[in-house]
Amino acid sequence: MPPLVEMKDVYKIYRTGGVSVHALDGISLTIDRGEFVAIVGQSGSGKSTCMNIIGCLDVATKGTYKLNGRAITNYTQDELAEIRNKMLGFIFQQYNLLPKLTVLENVQLPLLYAGMRESEQRRRALESLDRVGLKSKAHNYPSQLSGGQQQRVSIARALAGDPSVILADEPTGALDSRTGREVMMFLQQLNREGNTIILITHDNSIAARAKRIIRITDGKIVYDGPVEGDVTVMKMHGAGEEAPEDEKAKGAT
Amino acid sequence: MSLWKCFKMAVSSILSNKMRSMLTMLGIIIGITAVISLVSLMSSMTNEVNSVFEDVGIDAVLINVMDRSNKELKPEVVQALADEHPDVIRGQSPTVSMPAVIKNGNDSLQSTATGVNESYLGLKKLNVEYGRELTFIDIEKRQKVCVIGTYIAKEVFGGNALGQTIKITGVPYEVVGILEEKDDSEEDGDDDCIYLPYTLATSTNKNAKVSSYAVYALNQDMVEQTEALIEEMCDKAIGDSDYYNITALKAIADQVSSILSMMEAMLVAIAAISLVVAGIGIMNIMLVSVTERTREIGIRKSLGAKQRDILSQFVIEAGMLSCLGGVVGIIVGSALAVGAGVLLELTVRPTTTSIIVSFTVSAMIGVFFGVMPARKAAALNPIDALRYD
Repeated sequence: MPPLVEMKDVYKIYRTGGVSVHALDGISLTIDRGEFVAIVGQSGSGKSTCMNIIGCLDVATKGTYKLNGRAITNYTQDELAEIRNKMLGFIFQQYNLLPKLTVLENVQLPLLYAGMRESEQRRRALESLDRVGLKSKAHNYPSQLSGGQQQRVSIARALAGDPSVILADEPTGALDSRTGREVMMFLQQLNREGNTIILITHDNSIAARAKRIIRITDGKIVYDGPVEGDVTVMKMHGAGEEAPEDEKAKGAT
Repeated sequence: MSLWKCFKMAVSSILSNKMRSMLTMLGIIIGITAVISLVSLMSSMTNEVNSVFEDVGIDAVLINVMDRSNKELKPEVVQALADEHPDVIRGQSPTVSMPAVIKNGNDSLQSTATGVNESYLGLKKLNVEYGRELTFIDIEKRQKVCVIGTYIAKEVFGGNALGQTIKITGVPYEVVGILEEKDDSEEDGDDDCIYLPYTLATSTNKNAKVSSYAVYALNQDMVEQTEALIEEMCDKAIGDSDYYNITALKAIADQVSSILSMMEAMLVAIAAISLVVAGIGIMNIMLVSVTERTREIGIRKSLGAKQRDILSQFVIEAGMLSCLGGVVGIIVGSALAVGAGVLLELTVRPTTTSIIVSFTVSAMIGVFFGVMPARKAAALNPIDALRYD
């Protein structure tokens, strides 16, 4: 079986006013099923561009990107939309729920675009909401929910389509540290249940909760390996700012 | 994505911004109201005019011989022409008009008496309700009898006129027939009329000649042929065309109705301009709406919405806005037209065609002017759209 995510020598070059900016400068990585990977980097490091390419929101300028063995090149916008719909689940920093739809309708959205029958959409969406413990809020509007609950709704939405990869872009960025920890614990649990999770963050303490870290600076990978091997994270860990273990997090709350 | 879902989405989007939706629709409402009310009014006016011509006899060709001519067009000649061409001409009658002052006791009344032959009432489709028509004998024997309209009957005799005598310019006539009421028995209307034998009318005339005739064609299509035959006859009998004129009512009616339909086309054109303006208004609002909802579009796209999903969402919303406006416009326009009809004493009924056409046009405007903003929305790059605030 091919790796789930496979990037080989990927470049993303933006040309603005005659100057070419290498947002990604020859990146190669592979991510297998069941992994929990954090892509870490400062703003402007290229981690968002990397996520966009993994998430099929954007295509590489050079190099090959394969998702589930399928090379993502020369696809039309609509074909990319279909791949996103079938294989990817997004969790955004700002939750990105549609305020005029109910929680249930929000979770149904990817299923709606997949062309599923209405009854099936409802069943799956409710199931998904049940997994994040918000089935009772199905008919509320997002604005009636707390930030943590909204993020859980967006996780339910990401799960609803049963995607191969869950892409979480700064999922705790808009939450206070306690709710943020809860969300991270939930992601860890999803990973234990077998979901592949790719987390994009600038926050080392959040990254420390993943199993593997890919650190990007200036469009290049500077570290790719287990959390324990990352000097920056370990330094912080040593300073005791944030605990990477579940048990400690639970103790803290 | 199902169409039903699209409709639901459009409805909730329209409802979520009621004020703006109303203002956007207002343009379409005004445009469609204008089209419906103007077209309905115009078409009922056209009908009215046509029915007036129909009453006079749209198949009639009138001959008028000038008094200054020393030649004469004899009734026998005209009758002979009618007898010769039964496949073209339905019949003819002299029409000798004279002013009539009718006296009954102290009441006196001004009207017009027309000297005609025995076939005139039939040709003009006038029915006698009480009594009898004028007969060939009346004409030949110059009987002093007359048939009158209900206005005269009511005004002079209070309705019971049969067998009574009326004096027309001093000469007593017996009323032998009363016509059916046609026009509410008003003065100067169709019921203000007196018909008597033309043979008597000419004798009271100063030169005792029949100078005008009404010739009726077999049907409307025969009017031109009838005209040609009359032309030939007059040329033979009178010669100089300066001394007579021939008028076909159909030609006048055709001219009037062509003027009316030109006016109608102009009114529709003006209303159409307002519809185009309304369409641009819709386009404008949809562009604003697309910009406002850039983030929503980005979210939908990231979740797998295809271009046509976004496109149909916005096109349906625009179409629905203008269809709603169209429906309101049709209702308001019809109400206005009927109201104006009551004021103008016309029977105005909005035609089904105009309703169907207006609805279709408003739907098309919505779709047409909605496509551009919708395409803009569909073409948005999901990354940029997601980042948009």
